[in-house]
Amino acid sequence: MGELMVEKHIKYILSIEKKKDDFASVVMEHLRLNGAYWGLTTLDVLGKLDAVDQDEVISWIMQCQHESGGFGGNVGHDPHLLYTLSAIQVLALFDKINVLDIEKVASYIASLQNEDGSFSGDIWGEIDTRFSYIAICSLALLQRLDKINVEKAVEYIVSCKNLDGGFGCTPGAESHAGQIFCCVGALAITGSLDHVDKDLLGWWLCERQVKSGGLNGRPEKLPDVCYSWWVLSSLIMIDRVHWIDKKKLVNFILDCQDKENGGISDRPDDAVDVFHTYFGVAGLSLLEYPGLRAIDPAYALPVDVVNKIFLTK
Amino acid sequence: MHGIPRKAPTQEERDDSSLRAAKLRDLQSQLLHFHHNKIYTKEAIETSAKLLESNPEHYTGWNYRKLAVQHLLDRHKEDGVDSESAQSILDEELILVENALKRNFKAYGAWHHRKWVLSKGHSSSDRELRLLGKFQKLDSRNFHAWNYRRFITELKKIPDEDELQYTTDMIYDNFSNYSAWHNRSMLLSKLLEKSAKGYDKKENVLSEEFEFVRNALFTDPDDQSGWFYHLWLLDQTLKREPLFISSWPPHGSNLSLSIDNPDRQPPFSKIYFQSKERTFPLILYFSEAVEGVSSSTVTVEFDYDAGDGLIWRPLSANKLGFSQAWLTYIKYPDDSLESCHVKVTIAHFPSIISSSGMPCSRSCFISFTVNVCSNDQGHSEVPTKHKISWNEENFKAHSTQSPDANLLPLLRKLDIAKENKKTTPMLCMETISNEIAHSRELLSSSNCKIGKLTLARLLVAHNTLITYGCTDSRTEAHYEEILALYHDLIKMDPAHIGYYEDEYSIVLMKQLTSNNESLLKLCGNYQELSLPSISSYTCVRLKGLSLSRVSCMEHLLWVQMLDLSHNKLRSIEGLEALQLLSCLKLSNNRLGSFTALEPLKMLKSLQVLDVSYNEIGAHSIDTRRYLCSSPLNDTTGSEWHLKRYADFWDAYLLFKDLNLIQLDIVGNAVVDARLKAFLLKLMSTLKWFDGERCH
Repeated sequence: MGELMVEKHIKYILSIEKKKDDFASVVMEHLRLNGAYWGLTTLDVLGKLDAVDQDEVISWIMQCQHESGGFGGNVGHDPHLLYTLSAIQVLALFDKINVLDIEKVASYIASLQNEDGSFSGDIWGEIDTRFSYIAICSLALLQRLDKINVEKAVEYIVSCKNLDGGFGCTPGAESHAGQIFCCVGALAITGSLDHVDKDLLGWWLCERQVKSGGLNGRPEKLPDVCYSWWVLSSLIMIDRVHWIDKKKLVNFILDCQDKENGGISDRPDDAVDVFHTYFGVAGLSLLEYPGLRAIDPAYALPVDVVNKIFLTK
Repeated sequence: MHGIPRKAPTQEERDDSSLRAAKLRDLQSQLLHFHHNKIYTKEAIETSAKLLESNPEHYTGWNYRKLAVQHLLDRHKEDGVDSESAQSILDEELILVENALKRNFKAYGAWHHRKWVLSKGHSSSDRELRLLGKFQKLDSRNFHAWNYRRFITELKKIPDEDELQYTTDMIYDNFSNYSAWHNRSMLLSKLLEKSAKGYDKKENVLSEEFEFVRNALFTDPDDQSGWFYHLWLLDQTLKREPLFISSWPPHGSNLSLSIDNPDRQPPFSKIYFQSKERTFPLILYFSEAVEGVSSSTVTVEFDYDAGDGLIWRPLSANKLGFSQAWLTYIKYPDDSLESCHVKVTIAHFPSIISSSGMPCSRSCFISFTVNVCSNDQGHSEVPTKHKISWNEENFKAHSTQSPDANLLPLLRKLDIAKENKKTTPMLCMETISNEIAHSRELLSSSNCKIGKLTLARLLVAHNTLITYGCTDSRTEAHYEEILALYHDLIKMDPAHIGYYEDEYSIVLMKQLTSNNESLLKLCGNYQELSLPSISSYTCVRLKGLSLSRVSCMEHLLWVQMLDLSHNKLRSIEGLEALQLLSCLKLSNNRLGSFTALEPLKMLKSLQVLDVSYNEIGAHSIDTRRYLCSSPLNDTTGSEWHLKRYADFWDAYLLFKDLNLIQLDIVGNAVVDARLKAFLLKLMSTLKWFDGERCH
């Protein structure tokens, strides 16, 4: 309870970079680019992005790029939309999107749109609304949404809308907060939130807040800090965030900190990781916790970064 | 990453972790090596299996595997070996996936690999369903397994009826299986839609389902799963066609159209509109958002002219074209000063359709007369507008004795109902009444939150059915009980107070506006006492009611002056319908941004606006950022323009098209000298800004 241990979390994130050899690190080597996004965005929200060597990071990111234009999760790994978005987002943090051959990356992403408007994650064809969000968010940041059929993309997402107002991975799949964030985010970016029944979905989402103040991802499941982002940002995008108790959620997130060693875990007293550290801090920013930079609920990047891309030049 | 307890590792654990890390790193780098060099030897493939069984999330490993399988299959084809070998190759993959899933049954890559193998025409539905049975036992909520189940049932064409039975079994096994309930609702929807054998009578099916879910609700009322399903059943029961419920000018009214500037506003007893151009608005209001209102679906007939080619606009920010309120303008012919009879007919074919796909199946109409009046006192200058002070002493409530009270009967929408008979199917009413009884029974033994909420929703539904034409209109509306339920819920479940307050506000507004007596109590006369020569206004006051949101605009279409101050409003969605609004007070509310005021953009008559003492600029997060037209979602069409006003794009978009004469914004965090200068420059018609004269 109490306060956000900013310095400890900064220290924790910077230390991960060095801990490349323990088991937890090795087993997630293939998604290090996601890890970079989680760690660096957290640092930016905490106001400490300058603690990293920008050039070193960018040079490593570019090594993850495949000849197809897409990015792999680490050097030598196959390209996939999941890591392509992270690459673009990290470059956006540094205001260095221009180091990319934007046409090439945009073409890679666009090539993964299917006839029904859905997106495959890579050439192996797995379809999931997560990938719809990734494609739309990436192309919007690159300002190349014209490369895809936005109408069809929206149509596909709407086909994944369920009777409880939520969204699943594919048509007919159960509503899940993570998928809801992806679908609502994609609809927000494309100006299509009219397809969402805000009252119905808003109620389903606000019911994710359980007695402890934390949020779960689906009915009758345990609360988890990562849903502080997915449920919270969805509620914000549809203007229903006042339907949860923000204060209780802040306290839940603060309870999940490791106050000794820094970092945030999924639940109080569990092991920390950079994934939950990011979602905890980002969630606190959305809850207007003092001292944090504002974060955009749709692009999951600091508001300043987003505004710079869309409101200037 | 999830559910691992936090504790500092012992030295032994650390060493073990290093060892495992080294082993894994070895496997991983070998895999990448094989992959990049396209090495598909037996050893290489075995290595990949070892890797994927210990780290099923290694996606590149699965990619390598597919290429290896592809390679083996191609080689076998070339060598002319029979299909049995292809069978064994693919079998190997299925075993690998099972092993990987044992390690982590949520690994996307593993499930997708299995789908890939199946797409090669391998495995039987029995085998797959057995596998799924195993995973269901491990975790009945595993959505990967449920998704895969849907994949298999579609691939192997397993009938929906069989799958429905499966959900029945799962639910009987454990009521708290939201995943099973979800699948059930989906399958039932499909079966109902195609009127499959045994599912063609919707009412019977729903009735059985209500009984089925009742078991779950009574057994464990605190589990959410059954309640969400119950809500869906309710929604299916209440699904009805959209209804035309009110209009302006009101049915049976006599509209006075003034074609020059008045010295005095006419008394409340007249329906009045002022327009030098001889045009007046015609507003149609429906029970829910609809599309398709156009000159082909709505006919407007005058005595002299059949209003052809009228253009109808939806009064809502909804970009899909759905709206409850629709607007057109009617022009009175230039050369006539005679009274005219207007009939508006809403056709049933081609249809007006609701956003849930239900068409307006009945034709209905309203009619009213229009009189042109002219003061003809030789005044040609525009009278100077005075400042509206909104002072309390200027307001005088209407008494029921006053002759003005005669007007209100004209505003009743019941007149529309008389001409256009609507009925509610009795079965629907019966179902709702039954469910109300069951809810009360459940609540008598268990004080459960969602049960209370469901009862409130049922009572609201019951009210709606009565209002919209149920034959048994002797039944009383349940407003007091519903409001009391929401009070209870706020006490029981304070975390969700925001939700309950919103629902409460909707019910409260319905209660206040749908009954002549209570509506009259809200009305009064506003007269600027310091300027007695200036005309008075009819004002509706909804101040200090703790309203967090507005609704039920159907009874307020005629309002010109509205006081919604001292409430808890965060949103004013719905106000777009009040096209006659010229003075609006929204001070002392919780409006958090200029984007929250977007509905005002449609109020062309608005001249006086008070949004002082709100929360505009007080929040670092704008919760309406993606709901309105903004440069962030590519929908304004004027990106270039907006980039010039980067700081004030939201204020710019709101105020540029409003012709305000008076604006009050003091008391909002966003207000500073820069903003005020910007607004002064933008709004050339403004005469009073925060109480001071300008321009």
